[in-house]
Amino acid sequence: MGSSAISAAPPVSAPPERVRAFVARLRSGDEIAHIFTLAFAAITFLLTVLLVFELYHNCALPRHKFGWNFLITRTWDPVFENFGALPFIYGTVVTSAVALLLAVPLGVGAAIFLAELAPPRISDWLTFVIELLAAVPSVIYGVLGIFVLVPIMRTYVEPFLKSSLGFLPLFKGPIYGIGFLTAAIVLAIMVVPFIISVSREVLLAVPADQREAALALGATRWESTWKVVVPFARVGIFGSIFLSLARALGETMAVGNDPRISTSLFAPGYSIAAIIANEFSEAPGDLYRQSLIELGLVLFLLTILINGLARIMILATRGRGTSQE
Amino acid sequence: MSSIANPAVMVKPSTEKKANELDSKASVPIAHKIEVSNLNFFYGPRQALYDVSLKMQENRVTALIGPSGCGKSTFLRTLNRMYEMIRNARAEGDLQLDGENIMKMDVAKLRRRVGMVFQKSNPFPKSIFENVAYGPRVNGHKDRLADLVEASLKRAAIWDEVKDRLHKSALSLSGGQQQRLCIARALAVEPEVLLLDEPCSALDPIATAKIEELLFALKDSCTIVIVTHNMQQAARVADDTGFFLMGKLIEFNDTAVIFKKPAKKETEDYITGRFG
Amino acid sequence: MNFRYTWRRIVNAVMLGLTGLCALVAVTTLIFILGYLAYNGGRYITWDFFTKLPKPVGETGGGMANAIVGSAKLLLIAAITGVPVGLIGGVYLAEYGGRVFSFMVRYTADLLNGVPSVVMGIFIYTVVVIPMHKFSTLAGGLALGVMLIPIVLRSTEQFLRAVPTSLREGALALGARKWRSIFTAFGNPFWGHGWNDPTDSLPVVIWRYALSPYDDWHRQAWAAGFVLLGLVLLANIGAKLILAKGMSSGRA
Repeated sequence: MGSSAISAAPPVSAPPERVRAFVARLRSGDEIAHIFTLAFAAITFLLTVLLVFELYHNCALPRHKFGWNFLITRTWDPVFENFGALPFIYGTVVTSAVALLLAVPLGVGAAIFLAELAPPRISDWLTFVIELLAAVPSVIYGVLGIFVLVPIMRTYVEPFLKSSLGFLPLFKGPIYGIGFLTAAIVLAIMVVPFIISVSREVLLAVPADQREAALALGATRWESTWKVVVPFARVGIFGSIFLSLARALGETMAVGNDPRISTSLFAPGYSIAAIIANEFSEAPGDLYRQSLIELGLVLFLLTILINGLARIMILATRGRGTSQE
Repeated sequence: MSSIANPAVMVKPSTEKKANELDSKASVPIAHKIEVSNLNFFYGPRQALYDVSLKMQENRVTALIGPSGCGKSTFLRTLNRMYEMIRNARAEGDLQLDGENIMKMDVAKLRRRVGMVFQKSNPFPKSIFENVAYGPRVNGHKDRLADLVEASLKRAAIWDEVKDRLHKSALSLSGGQQQRLCIARALAVEPEVLLLDEPCSALDPIATAKIEELLFALKDSCTIVIVTHNMQQAARVADDTGFFLMGKLIEFNDTAVIFKKPAKKETEDYITGRFG
Repeated sequence: MNFRYTWRRIVNAVMLGLTGLCALVAVTTLIFILGYLAYNGGRYITWDFFTKLPKPVGETGGGMANAIVGSAKLLLIAAITGVPVGLIGGVYLAEYGGRVFSFMVRYTADLLNGVPSVVMGIFIYTVVVIPMHKFSTLAGGLALGVMLIPIVLRSTEQFLRAVPTSLREGALALGARKWRSIFTAFGNPFWGHGWNDPTDSLPVVIWRYALSPYDDWHRQAWAAGFVLLGLVLLANIGAKLILAKGMSSGRA
C-alpha cells in the first residue's frame, strides 16, 4: 500500500537463482576466479588500445607527408597522390546533420508518445515493433535507399523542393537522386529507432512523483509531459541525440562517390564511411590505402568525442532524480 | 511533542463540546462538499475498497486513519482520480463534488478544484517561484503571478523563510520546507479541497507541528482531507475522523466521538493500540 | 475560463495525435521494408536458394547457399571469440572490479562499441589480414566478434547486477545481436573452404547483387534481403523472449 503510483518503468529484478549460485561458486574459488575474470576484462581494454595504436601507426605515410593539412585539403587526387580529408569530413558532417534534423523531431515525438501519452498496451506493442526496426541491418537500408528512395527523390521530391524553395542555395543545382539529401533521409530512417529507444528510456526514468505532482495540479497529460517531464529529461534527451549522431557519422553511405564540396543538398558527395567501404579493398598503392586509414582515424576520433559528450549528458539526468534528501 | 497514549486527551475543546451537543440535538441539514456512495475499488482482480460511503462537510478537516494497507490512501486517490495513473486500477461507485459526478468531470478541471500533497515532497527541479507558479501558469493565470505566489507561500507559512530566495532552486530547501512548498504549490491554484496523503510522515516533530498549524488556518478557505497513520495527529487537527480497516470504512464521525466513544469494537481496539 | 479549458484540451488532443503520428511513421517504415522485401524477394525463395551456388551472370537460377553458410561461419567465429570475452569480463565487472580498473574497462568498452564498422574493418585488416596476406573468413568473424564484446560485456554486467539503466542499448543490442557486416567487400562466389579463405556473406552479396545491372540478380538480392531480415528479426524476438523469461523467473 502507500501512495506510489506505477507508470511503465522497467522492472528491476534479481538474476535467476542458478546464475547467482554459479557466480557464488566462482567467488569461492576466489583468487583464481578473480584473476581469470580480470584477464578477460583486460582483453577489452587491451583491444581498444591496440585498435587506436594500429590505426595511428598504419597511417604514418600520409601523416608525414601531409601533416595537419590533411584535414583541410580539398583535393583527393589519386593520380598526383595528393589526398585531403575535407570533402569527406564535409560529406559526413552534412549528411549526419541533415539526418538529425529530420530524425530528432520524429524520434523524440514518438518517444514522448510511447513514454507519456499512449495507452499502455499500444505503447508496449509499438515499442516492440520500433525496437525491431533498430535491428534491421544497414545493408538493407542502403540497398532499399538506392532502389526505392532515389527514384522517388529524383522524380518527385527534389524537383518539388527545387521549384518551391529553389531560391535557397541548398536547393539549387542539377538533380541526380543520389546526393546529400537522399543519403540524409536514409540515415535518418536508420537512426530514428535508436533515438526513440534511448529517449523513451530517459523519459521513463523521470521519477513518477514529478508526473504526479504536475497532474495533481490540474495539468493535462500533455502539459505535464511538456512542462515537467521533458524539461527534467532534457539533458538526457540531448545525450541520446548526440549518441545517435555518433552512430550516424559512421553509417553515412549512399551519398554518391564524388569527393566534391557543394552547398546544394541535391549534389552527390562522398563521406568517410562510404569511401572506405567502397575503395579500401582495392586501394591502389600504399599511400592511398594509408590515407584511407587516416580518414578512418579521423572518423574514429570524431565518434569518440561525440560519444563522450553524450555519456556525460545522459549521466547528468540520472543524477538529477536523486537530489532530494 | 510528548507522546500521549490516549489520543482522546488531545481532542480540542471546541470539538468536544460539539460531540456533547450532537448527542442531544436534532441535526440541521448541512451541505456536503464531497459525497461518496458505495465505492468499490479494484487493482486488477484484487479488491481494495469495499462499499465505502461517507460525506464530508465543507471547511472542515477530515482525517482518515487505519493500519497500513487498509485502503485509506487508495480512497484518497479516488477523490481526485489520481489512481488513473495506475494500470488496471478501477473505481466503481458514486463520487460527487458539490453535487457533480467526479467520474464524469474533466479530470484536469477536477484536479484544479481538488488539490493533493504527497507523502514525500516532490518539488520540481526549478526555482521556488517557478514551482508555485506552475499551477496558475498552466491554468492560464499569467498576470499577477507574483502576488499569487506570495499569497500561496504565506498561506503555507513559508513566505518569511523563502522571500529572499524565490529564484533559488526548490531542492535547496530542507525536507519540511519542501513539503510546505508543495502545499503552497497546491494552494496556488486555489483549490476547494486539499487532499494530504501522510504529509508529515517523513518530517521531524517541529516541521510536523508547523504543518498542522497551517492546516487550522487553511480550513476556512478549503476543505481538508488528511490521511495519517498517526492517531495523535488526527486527534489534534481533525474535526471528523474516518477509520478504515481492510478496505472497509468501519466508522466515520466527529473526531471527539471516534476517540472517546467509538461505536465499533474494531475502532476501539485500534484507538487503544491493541493492534496496528 | 471555459475557453481556456477547451483550448488546453484541444492542444492535448492535437499533441497526442502528432506524437502518435511520429510513432506511426516509424512503425510504417518497418512494415514497408518487410513488405517490399517480401513482395519482391519472397517469391524467389525456393529450396534451391538455400542449397545451390550462384550461377554465372546470364544464367537464371542458382542460389545463395555459400552466402548463407558464409554468414553462419562468420557468426560462429564472432560468437566464439566475442561472447566468452564479454561474458567473463562482465562477470569481473559485476563481482570484483577495482574502481580504477573497472572504470577503464567500461570506458574502453564504450569506445569499442562506438567504433564504426568501417573502422573496425580497417583494424582487422591491419591486425589479421596483412599478416595472413589475404582476406579470410577468420578475419571477418573476428571483426564481428570484437564488435560483439562491448555489448555482451555491458549486458552481462547489468544482468548480474540487476541494475535498471536509462541506456538499454545493451539489452537492445543483445536482442539485435548486431549483425552488422563488414563492408570491406571481400567476397567469394564459391564455397570458402575452412576459415582461411574469403567468404561471401549475406550482406555482402545483397550489396553486390542489388547494385548490379542484372534483373535476375536484383531478384536474388531481394530474396536474400528478405531472408536476412527474417533471420535477424527472429533472433531479436527470440533474444527478447529469453531475456524476459530470465527476468521473470528471477523474481523471488
